[in-house]
Amino acid sequence: MKRLLLLTAALGALAAMPAQAQNVAITHAKLVIGDGSEPIADGTVLVQGGKVVAAGPVVAIPPGVPTIDAGGKWVTPGLVVAVTDLGLVDVGAVEESNDSDADKSPFSAALDVSAAINPNDQPIQVSRGGGVTRAAVAPLGTNSIFGGQGAVIDLGADSNAVTKARAFQYVELGESGARRAGGSRAATYASLRNALAEARELSLAPAGPRRDDILLNRPDAAALIPVVTGQQPLYIHVERAADIRMVLSLKKEFPLLKLVVVGASEGWMVAGELAAAGVPVLATPLTDLPNSFEQLGSTQSNVGRMKAAGVKVALGAFGDQPRYATQYAGNLVALTKVPGASGLTWGQAFAAISSGPAEIMGMGDRFGSLRPGRAGDVVIWDGDPLELTSGPIKVFIDGVEQPLSNHQTKLRDRYLNPVEGDLPKAYEW
Amino acid sequence: MRKGALLTMAALALVLSGTGAGLAKDKDGDKKEDSAAVKAARDFNRNPYPSTYKPYPGRPTLITGATVFDGLGGRIERGVVLIRDGKIAAVAGSLADLDVPAGALKIDGTGKFVTPGVIDVHSHLGVYPSPGVDANSDGNEATAPTTPEVWAEHSVWPQDPGFSRALANGGVTSLEILPGSANLMGGRSVVLKNVYSRTVQGMKFPGAPYGMKMACGENPKRVYGAKGRMPSTRMGNFAVNRATWIKAREYRAKRDAGKLESRDLAMETLAGVLDGEILVQNHCYRADEMAQVLDMAKEFGYHVSAFHHAVEAYKIGDLLKAADTCSAIWSDWWGFKMEAYDAIPENAGILWKAGACVVIHSDDENGIQRLNQEAAKAQGDARRIGITIPDADVIGWFTHNAAKAIGVDKMTGSLAPGMMGDVVLWNGNPLSVYTRPEKVWVDGALLFDSQNRKLRPVSDFELGQPGEGDVK
Repeated sequence: MKRLLLLTAALGALAAMPAQAQNVAITHAKLVIGDGSEPIADGTVLVQGGKVVAAGPVVAIPPGVPTIDAGGKWVTPGLVVAVTDLGLVDVGAVEESNDSDADKSPFSAALDVSAAINPNDQPIQVSRGGGVTRAAVAPLGTNSIFGGQGAVIDLGADSNAVTKARAFQYVELGESGARRAGGSRAATYASLRNALAEARELSLAPAGPRRDDILLNRPDAAALIPVVTGQQPLYIHVERAADIRMVLSLKKEFPLLKLVVVGASEGWMVAGELAAAGVPVLATPLTDLPNSFEQLGSTQSNVGRMKAAGVKVALGAFGDQPRYATQYAGNLVALTKVPGASGLTWGQAFAAISSGPAEIMGMGDRFGSLRPGRAGDVVIWDGDPLELTSGPIKVFIDGVEQPLSNHQTKLRDRYLNPVEGDLPKAYEW
Repeated sequence: MRKGALLTMAALALVLSGTGAGLAKDKDGDKKEDSAAVKAARDFNRNPYPSTYKPYPGRPTLITGATVFDGLGGRIERGVVLIRDGKIAAVAGSLADLDVPAGALKIDGTGKFVTPGVIDVHSHLGVYPSPGVDANSDGNEATAPTTPEVWAEHSVWPQDPGFSRALANGGVTSLEILPGSANLMGGRSVVLKNVYSRTVQGMKFPGAPYGMKMACGENPKRVYGAKGRMPSTRMGNFAVNRATWIKAREYRAKRDAGKLESRDLAMETLAGVLDGEILVQNHCYRADEMAQVLDMAKEFGYHVSAFHHAVEAYKIGDLLKAADTCSAIWSDWWGFKMEAYDAIPENAGILWKAGACVVIHSDDENGIQRLNQEAAKAQGDARRIGITIPDADVIGWFTHNAAKAIGVDKMTGSLAPGMMGDVVLWNGNPLSVYTRPEKVWVDGALLFDSQNRKLRPVSDFELGQPGEGDVK
């Protein structure tokens, strides 16, 4: 374990080295741009200085750029996973290794998860091996409806994980919010509206004295100023159609809010309203059971129906295994063959786990597709990336090829033949 | 508390037998009339909640042109499957020798695939149903570390909406409902046909053996350690298990000698395990613990039918093969708890290479809808390390092998003639993410048809709710 960490650190040092390492061209690819378009049969992607310079059927490669012939294999932008605890958790059930919630903290909205990201943890390494290159890391729990400020990270094997700190504020409404706010949905809205009002007041006099009947401490109120002034997106987790409507109505009182709805099991029931409001959705894919009374209308066709209604929708908040993104997206394609169901085209499905979440994060110009100017986050796959039997062969982040070994791959190699030889297994590494 | 009660009862039985009150024979061996207590302990109904399930009416059905996986490792291109009288009548490469009844429903399966009905050996549908509210939480009798006396069927809510999703999206036709893993001995499982009924009895798989859920590792020691009682460690887990098996052996010996004075539900289950009639389904993650459980099974004379979850099974494939114990696993769920830290996606592939029995299970109301997909992921992960597993073998991981692990492989899980007509017609290769069940038959009755929305079951709970009868 220690050795692994040292190795990772060494690789990190390499990655921070010259820009030359950040140039690569990949030719003869089945090329996926990630913007919703269908794959290009024989394409090239050129990355220079860590950024995509060009991707398409005809791309001139400048001399001196290392070139990889993909031989017809699939090449895509790296996967982007929204609303995850990546980097905050080694082992979910090992509390001391888990920084995803802080229910005894006196702070809530002020919590900034970028301080807790560990780029060396195994979930990051395993997810990178699955082709995930960027993530929106959300603080999932406090004793208030505010989880705190999420971060956008890359999954590179280097020390600079944070792409953007304080990238969004995270709020729980609905059933879980009600639990935190004191027991009811009415309490969640009272908390939320009061907090935003206090932030707005504070924004007018950030250093000045405050009313004596305030509920938020100063750091929490201050953390909400960029939310109420529309500088920082507000991610709100709700599932029920009625709760989504309530979220949309917040804009009447706080018109600058940049809302993002997370979860949205019943989003299809209010798809027209979401589309009209221009509020994007990070939808949990494949939810199809009434797991709670706020998810009675769940159906796997939720994403497809929202998309068809014109909602800006991408996948997110799908639990603890970010590398399942491709399987979820593939299932949405499967739905297009099921009578009465709504799904996504292949191109839409891949966009829902690449450019889609990046754009909803407000970072579509930075990463998430292979359009010029985006980060050189590129994955070469051994098959259709949405197909179950496929996996990444090479992963680049900012144009730097990434190590794909981790705790799992080393166990695999050790136990490929499980029987012990002349020495115990502990000597095989 | 519960364990104390067990000890007291056993002690009481010993005292009684010591006084001669429990003796069935006198010194000379002459038969005496058994006491009423002895009779009551001996002559009881061993199947007091019998299955009332009867196959629903079905038409003779002929599927032609599809790729057929028989669940046993066989694959037929453009094969023919005939379902008749609720059973598999024939599976063949051509129509030539088939006696197809007039009026049979003929289905052109060209470009489609046929498999046996999917089987999940590890489900909590019904005992942890949707909605997952406290009032419905009936899966763990977490009040004592050993509760072999509880039966999962007494917790199953037959209106769980999850059954319909497992059928429509997963092609699941049979499933084993287990108690949870809070307890070392969690109670009896029940095998169900995936057919809605007003009653649990109406779902029970006729003739399926009972199972008994056991659990190693973190869960029992955490649950009871937190209550300040044994077990709070892994060694405590074993000590409590062994002490309980010792009682069970004593109980069984006394039973066989006709000396029982009263019934004991807990001991009846454990004696059933020792008799080989009840199959042990053992939640266990770590290889070292599985190896010790195998020794415990030898110590007391029982067989572990399957280790469930078994994320480290790949480290001991040879031991598991030798023990004839299946590993019922996820493909690649990883890292969520300490004992899952060494899970690897190649678990199934390495086990398969070792010749051990692989079963893909769900333990989840969502995962049960995608057992075929989980198996395919494991197949791909195996291929990347040079272990090439034929599709037809991979299909067996969620059909025949699953049936074997829960003791119903002589009745379902494969497409051999005479087997139950539990069949899935898939709209593509079931090992592709782009594939879904098109039609599902249970005992020859067409109970799901993606092309007929009225053949989409809707549980009582979902009536009048948003999305009632929706495509889901």
